[in-house]
Parts: sequence; structure tokens; C-alpha cells
Amino acid sequence: MRADTERKVRKFIEENFLFREDRADVSDTESLIDAGLIDSTGVLELVAFLEGEFSLRMADAEIVPENLDSLRAIVAYVEGKRAVAAA
Amino acid sequence: MCGIAGYFGRPSAAVSARALLRRMIGAVAHRGPDAQGFFVADEIGFGHARLSILDLTSGHQPMANADQSVWITFNGEIFNYVELREELIARGRRFATTSDTEVILQLYEEFGPDCVSRLNGDFAFALWDARRRRLMLARDRMGVRPLFYTRRNGTLYFASEIKALLEVPGVSAELDPVALDQIFTFWFPLAPRTAFKDIDELKPAHVLIADAHGMVVRPYWRLDYPRLGEEGPHDARAEAALADEVEHLLLDATRIRLRADVPVGAYLSGGLDSSLVAAAAKRFVAERLRTFSLTFESAEFDESEHQLAMARALGTAHESVACTAADIARLFPQAIRHGERPILRTAPAPLLALSDLAHRSGFKVVLTGEGADEVFAGYDLFKEAKLRRFCARQPQSRRRPLLFRRLYPYLPGLKAQPARYLEAFFGAGIGPLDDPLFSHLPRLRTTAGAKAFFSRDLRSALAGYDALAELRESLPAEFARWHPLSQAQYLETAYLLPGYILSSQGDRVAMAHAVEGRFPFLDHRVVELGARIAPQLKLNGLTEKHILRKSAARLLPAAIADRAKQPYRAPDAQAFLGPDSPDYVARRLAAADLAVAGYFDPAAVERLLAKCRNGKFIGFRDNMAFVGILSTQLWQREFVLAGAGTIASAVA
Repeated sequence: MRADTERKVRKFIEENFLFREDRADVSDTESLIDAGLIDSTGVLELVAFLEGEFSLRMADAEIVPENLDSLRAIVAYVEGKRAVAAA
Repeated sequence: MCGIAGYFGRPSAAVSARALLRRMIGAVAHRGPDAQGFFVADEIGFGHARLSILDLTSGHQPMANADQSVWITFNGEIFNYVELREELIARGRRFATTSDTEVILQLYEEFGPDCVSRLNGDFAFALWDARRRRLMLARDRMGVRPLFYTRRNGTLYFASEIKALLEVPGVSAELDPVALDQIFTFWFPLAPRTAFKDIDELKPAHVLIADAHGMVVRPYWRLDYPRLGEEGPHDARAEAALADEVEHLLLDATRIRLRADVPVGAYLSGGLDSSLVAAAAKRFVAERLRTFSLTFESAEFDESEHQLAMARALGTAHESVACTAADIARLFPQAIRHGERPILRTAPAPLLALSDLAHRSGFKVVLTGEGADEVFAGYDLFKEAKLRRFCARQPQSRRRPLLFRRLYPYLPGLKAQPARYLEAFFGAGIGPLDDPLFSHLPRLRTTAGAKAFFSRDLRSALAGYDALAELRESLPAEFARWHPLSQAQYLETAYLLPGYILSSQGDRVAMAHAVEGRFPFLDHRVVELGARIAPQLKLNGLTEKHILRKSAARLLPAAIADRAKQPYRAPDAQAFLGPDSPDYVARRLAAADLAVAGYFDPAAVERLLAKCRNGKFIGFRDNMAFVGILSTQLWQREFVLAGAGTIASAVA
């Protein structure tokens, strides 16, 4: 499950923010903002993707860099939401 | 307003001097459709394409002084020529014409090359002093009128637009990769660099002097600000006095910009600045003022409601042209042809429709509000930088970052942004507070994100190059001693204004339809006054252009004087996609076309295209990347492939 989430998120980031294959892949912990991959409007794309792909609702308070600024953070956030939903 | 071209030296014998000048002037004939003139002597040749505005009967160019020892070819206007002429007559000089051109000639005879510092105007000219066998090129202080030059085999060639230089045998178009990097960082190449390898721009406020001994380029004016802490008073009394001074100078700057032997109209954006200029003009124009505007389909960009309100309040005869997304896509290749460089925004394209409207209505001259945001601190970026510094002082505060939400109320994509993200994007964490580029780092970082699409070859050609470092190194020594707002204003006024606003969105798109823009806010007296005013009186709290609003209250209805700034913007990537997409878009962005040019990675561009076609949100970076890539491809085709005669093979 977790591996599947990670694969989907990584693919989304590669196709929508990174665009290319010849650059070293995004590391799990790299800040998407600092790497210049997400600009000030880009986070909305990411939120729309997560809500659509994983059928979850993000509250405003959850749209914070702690949840979304690296691959690892996003995966942890998505898995956390799912755990809550399943409980 | 006109087009100029010429050379100093001995051009290749392949074509006659006159034929060469004719070809060069032919390339800029759109700038001056009314007449053409040439001057050829030993080692010197001038050409001129004239748009008759002053002294319609005797102002022909190139023009010589009485004994034909000094010649000039001149593009632009000297607005204080009346006063200068009177002064010269008082010194005993006699004039053969009533033109401003002759005033420059005679002023040169009196003062030599230093005569430029007496001129209040928008100009680019070449002057040949036959006795000293010396060529002088000069350009106005703010960079309103363009002037480019290149040297080939010891001969110096110059022209109003680069396309004229490309007519010179031996001069061909090649993209300068460093310029492309700079465009994908700043939106423009850092002057004197242009998009074309080995072709330079004469920087604003500079003169070039060339003779048998060589060539010197030097500034004759500098934009300067007071030292930090020495900005002058900002109490109520100072404020009232400065508001008076601003009003008085703005009125005078407008008055002398109405000098023309043809009618002068005005562009109305609907905002404070153009409204102020139109209101000022109305005081001096006996007939009903004619005004022109652009309207857009999308409420996000459209300001027609405010334009109409202003036209009603001023009683102007108002006309507008609607610019659709399809119009932008249709006009975009023309904007590249005239602008002669890749661009990251579509905003120049609609302005072609606007200058076309003015031209069709019989106008050669329009006033605009350009410059007020630079001179009186109107841009949101100034507020953003102030807020970032404010947050940096109390990094623990959770409330301070909420203020970022107030910054860009007109951007729908940002309204939905949670404050914590705004903080991350605009946050104080971006760069140290003492970085001279602090104010601009978020914008520059977003823009530079578009370089992700550069091809491997281009990136290796640019390896180790740092555009920000070059900008930092080009700053004047005094810069470090200025107030942060002055520093941010300087970066806008000395770089973006001439580099992009006055060129890509100014002269080039107006002159495409033989329309001359005049900018009262860029009168150097207004610019110098604006620089002198204390930062608190320009950006008061988070109210932009505070002092200008005080002056405006006397000239404008309150609803307009108080209106918050809405920058001029146009739809970007979305204008090119969808069912009405013109054929050239898919062709220029096709993998084969991209591979021929070699600047961008075709696979990455394909992903970007797919994202822009399907995506709900197209962020700033992706919009800029899309427009930048498309415009570079169009530029390549227009200048490089066309010049090399290889279009047919590239298309096949």
C-alpha cells in the first residue's frame, strides 16, 4: 500500500513538476519548494491531485509544508489520512 | 519618432553604401512610414525613416548644421526643445527649422557631447562631427528609445532595431545562450547583452563615442537615491509639500509631452497612473481628449469597468479593442518579430492590438502611465519584500505571515493559498536579508524554475554561469548604502523597466504600428524627485504610491484615486491551447522542431504541453516556461532559420 502510494506520488511529481528524466530523481526528503519544483501556485495542483487520486479531503490547516514539501512527507500524510479513515 | 540606421567605417564592398543603408532602413520602415532619407560621406553613412510629428515641412533627416560639418539621424523627441531653442537664440544662434532635431545639432555645436545632459526627452540618435571625424551615439536616460550596434571588420553599425543590423553582409543571427539564461531568470537580457550573439544595445543614459582611436561608452546620468537614514523628512508638512511638488512636476511633464504638430491621445488602463496622465493632459488640451483601452474576456484580466468610469469622469472620447485569447495567439509571433527576443509573458501581444487601434484612429502619439509604479513604488513586489523583512524580524510569529494573503488579491490562484504556504514561498527564509537582490529573490526563483526545460546541450554550455551573480556584480557601489525600498525600486527602474517594460511592452509593440508612446512619469525630473522622496511616503504601511495618491486626490475622482493597484496582465499558456490553437503552436513545439533548435528537451516540453492541456491549474512557472519556450522557437525561426535560408529544410 505504502509503496503504491509512493510510486504514484513520485510519478505525479516527475510528470508535473520535474518534467524530465535525465535529472537525478527527486530524493525522498528534498524540499520541493527549495528545489524550485513547486511555485506559489503549484501547491494547488498537488492538493487537487492528492484529493482526486486518494479520495481524501484536505482541510486548509493541513495544507502546510510539513505535510507536503517532500516526497516522504506527502506519503506519510496520505498514509496517515487513510489510517484515520479506515479506523 | 522614427527608425535610424547607419555605419562608421568601411562596409564591405559587396553592396554600395547607399544600397546597404536602404536595406537597413527598409527593415525598420514600420517605425517611420512618412519619409526616408540618407547621408553618405567618406567612412560614414546615416539612414532615417521618418514618422512626422514635429515641424512636418522642414524637419527632414538626416539633417546637417549650416556648414554641413555636423550631421544627425535622430529617433525620438526632445520635449524641452522650445526652451533650449530660445536659450540658443539668446546666445546668438539662428535656426533654419522649427524642429527639435536642429536643436540637438546646435546644442552639440555649443556644448559638444555633453549636450545630452541638457535634453529632456526620449531619444536615440547618431551624430557625425566631420571636423573631428567623430561619431556619437546617444540614448535617453530611461531607455525609452532603442539603439543597437555591432562591429564587423573594424566598421561600427548601428540601428533602432536589430533586424536592420541583420541586413549587413556578414552579420547573422545566433542566439546567445547566456542571454537566454538571463531571459529565463529576469525576463530580459542584461544590457548591453541582447538575445543576439555579438550584437549590443547601447545602455540607457549612455553615450558611445567612436573615432579613429577607438570607441568609448560612458554614462551621462545615473539614477541615485539618498543614503539610508538620510532620506529626508516624512512628516505631514513634508508630505503636503512633496504632494504639491509631484503634482506640479507631473503637470509640467505632461504639458511638454503634448508638444506635437499632430494630435496626441492617451492609453487608459483603468488604473491610477494612466488616469492621472489623462487628467493632467485634459488641462492642456482644448479639444476633447481621445483615449484608448484594451479589454479582455476574462474578468481576471479585464478592467473595462474602470476604464469606462474614468473616460466618463474625464469626458474623453473613448475607444477600446477587445483582445481574446485567440487574438493573443494570433498576434504573438508578431510580438516576437518586433520585440526581437524570447519573452516569458504574452502581455506584449495585446498591446499590438492597442497600438493598431490608435493607428487606425489616426493617432501617432499617445501618453501612457508607464513608470509610475517604478518611480513611486506601486508594484506588489515592494510590499512583498517589506512583508518578508517584517516577518524575518519575528520568525516565531504565526500572525505576521497572514499578511501575505493581502498581497495579491487579484490572483485567483493565490487567494486559495493557506498562509503557511504563502510564508514558505514569499518567506523571509529566501536568501539572507543583506542579499542585494533580497526583494526579487522569490520572483527570480520562480522564473528560473522555467530553466528546467533547457536541453542537456544548453545546460552544459551554461555550466557554471550564474545570472544572479552577474546582476549583483553589475550594481553600482552606492547600492549597498540605500534603503531596502530604494534598492528594490532601483532593480525595477534600472533593469526591468528598460529591459522589458519599455521595450517588449513599450517601443517595439507601439512602433510596430507607428505609434509613439510618451511617458510623463519618466520625465527625469519626476524620476529624480521620486528617488528623493522618503520611502515611508511612497510605500506607507502596505499602501503603494502613497504620495502619488495625495497628488491624485486633486486631479481625479476619489473612486479612482483610491483604487488598489492591479497590474496589467494577459492570459498566458491558456491563450495558445484549446480548440482555436493556431497551427504554429503545435509545429514550433513539436519534438523535431525543438531538436533542430536544440535549446529545449523535447520530452520535457511534451510533458509540459500535456500538463497545460489537461491541467486545472497552470502555475506561474509553467506559464512562463510555456511562453518562453514557444517564443524562443518563434525567435529561432524568425531570425536564425530565415536568415540562414534553412526554414524549408527545418519544416520538412
